[in-house]
Amino acid sequence: MDLLSLARGPLLKVAIVVFCVGVVWRIVGFALLRIRRDHSEPRASLLKSVGDGLMAVGTRSWPHPEFIGRTGAGEALGYSYHLGLFALVLLFTPHILFLRSLFGVSWPGLPSSVVTVISVLTLTLFLAVLFRRVTNRVMRLLSNFDDYFSWFITMLVIVTGLAATAHVGGRYETLLGMHILSFDVLLVWFPFGKLMHAFYIFPSRAINGSLLARKGAVS
Amino acid sequence: MLDGNEDLTVGEMLRRHGISRRGFIKFCTAAASAMALPPAMGPVMAAQLIDARRPSVVYLSFQECTGCLESLTRSFAPTIENLIFNIISLDYDDTLMAAAGEAAEAARDQAMRANFGKYVLIVDGSVPTGAGGAYCTAGGKSAVDTLREAAKGAAAIVCVGTCAAFGGIPFADPNPTGAWPVSDIVGDKPIINISGCPPIPEVITGTLLQFVTTGKVPDLDEHLRPKVFFGNTIHDRCYRRPFYDEGKFAKSFDDEGARNGWCLYELGCKGPTTYNACATLKWNGGTSFPIESGHGCLGCSEPGFWDKGSFYSALSAAAWGKAGETSPSKELEMAGAAVVVGAALGAVSAGVARLRQHRQEHQGDSDEPKGG
Repeated sequence: MDLLSLARGPLLKVAIVVFCVGVVWRIVGFALLRIRRDHSEPRASLLKSVGDGLMAVGTRSWPHPEFIGRTGAGEALGYSYHLGLFALVLLFTPHILFLRSLFGVSWPGLPSSVVTVISVLTLTLFLAVLFRRVTNRVMRLLSNFDDYFSWFITMLVIVTGLAATAHVGGRYETLLGMHILSFDVLLVWFPFGKLMHAFYIFPSRAINGSLLARKGAVS
Repeated sequence: MLDGNEDLTVGEMLRRHGISRRGFIKFCTAAASAMALPPAMGPVMAAQLIDARRPSVVYLSFQECTGCLESLTRSFAPTIENLIFNIISLDYDDTLMAAAGEAAEAARDQAMRANFGKYVLIVDGSVPTGAGGAYCTAGGKSAVDTLREAAKGAAAIVCVGTCAAFGGIPFADPNPTGAWPVSDIVGDKPIINISGCPPIPEVITGTLLQFVTTGKVPDLDEHLRPKVFFGNTIHDRCYRRPFYDEGKFAKSFDDEGARNGWCLYELGCKGPTTYNACATLKWNGGTSFPIESGHGCLGCSEPGFWDKGSFYSALSAAAWGKAGETSPSKELEMAGAAVVVGAALGAVSAGVARLRQHRQEHQGDSDEPKGG
């Protein structure tokens, strides 16, 4: 069996199973955790706590006006490469066909040349993100293997995909095989690393916002 | 077939058939062009061929459908094909030759003895090894024994078609006859694979001509195919490629995109991973090729093409099963089971965490100093 057949066949199946098991495991494990009982008198009603929690999802997804000068650039960088990733994953026709083979639905894609430009821009932003992480002392101290490997595997998927599309660095089927193989690795890593933030980010913001609201804090 | 002209040179044969030297140089130039050789190679090839003895060729057919031979004999320019058959001495081909039975076997044995170490062995079809080779026999000999015997005295082996080159359809899962490609049975001879189901006739004749002219095996890729014909993917040379780059795809075989000649990638075209000369040499005298006729490439010149998922699922789609299997029902069941397993593991993890939390709290309570 050649690399492409292996990557898009049995290895993809294994990766999807590990992904499903891992994501559901972590979400269920997270959802069933007991929140430590707060014996203090609530400063807000239950309804307000929940409402403020949902509000926090929006307010925490945008730079605070007071700190926009310090955090704006980083957040703009973060948003830009996430948007690039979404465009690459969801608007490139071969990816849409892959998703159709999984979920049975499809939608119009962008021209390949436009996707190539987005890929190069996203790649540049990825390098900028890494540069920021290693040059900013606080971020460097906060970073561990999880951060760097999550960055690396996502970057690898983009690089191999770009190489396959541009037919650079090898035969198309080998490059496509490496692209899908790196995606398989990403799927396996996803539930157990920081990529899981894709599922956790909004619930955790809502819960934090709600708990803070209960204490009378504005989030 | 043995016709009493075995000792004639190619030039003498051509003169007998009334073909001028000028006409022959034209042919060689066209052949050199087809092989992407410089135009100056045409006269060089002609000069080398004209004084050469016609090489003996033995054509063995095993587990195959005769499509490859049909392809070769239905080439677009009969004069050129006649020329090819006059340039080589086709001493044995059980489908084309007039002789049959023991006479045919005797002709093959005689040609192999007379040209030991010099003849070109063409093999068409895969070689079944199951049941002691009983799935394919001729003249009381199994295909595998015939191949081993014929390979001993061959200067080179040319595997015509995907069955001989990679096992083809007989080799596909579950491979009931234990079929193998020639390269898995013969390991001590130069092998040239001319894959395709069937191969392009000009690729077969061009490769033979190149070998006869130079006496050397041409540059081959990792699948032992001549790079000159198999060096590019069909996708790279496809006239529909600009539509791929523009993101214009036919969604069905009769929609507006199909009528406009847009890219067939979404309909399962395997052009991006298929190496062959279909998009450049084309078929039937350069009339067309499958993609030009409106159907995606099946990837028939690639190893294992029959077992690489549905012909109609896009290359980037997940490969759930073999050709014809389009519904991932088993995989959906598997994903469902994965979700259940994940939920169970999550519940156990949360239970363990809660227990730990409870113990810590309980321990904290008991550690508190007792007031009095």
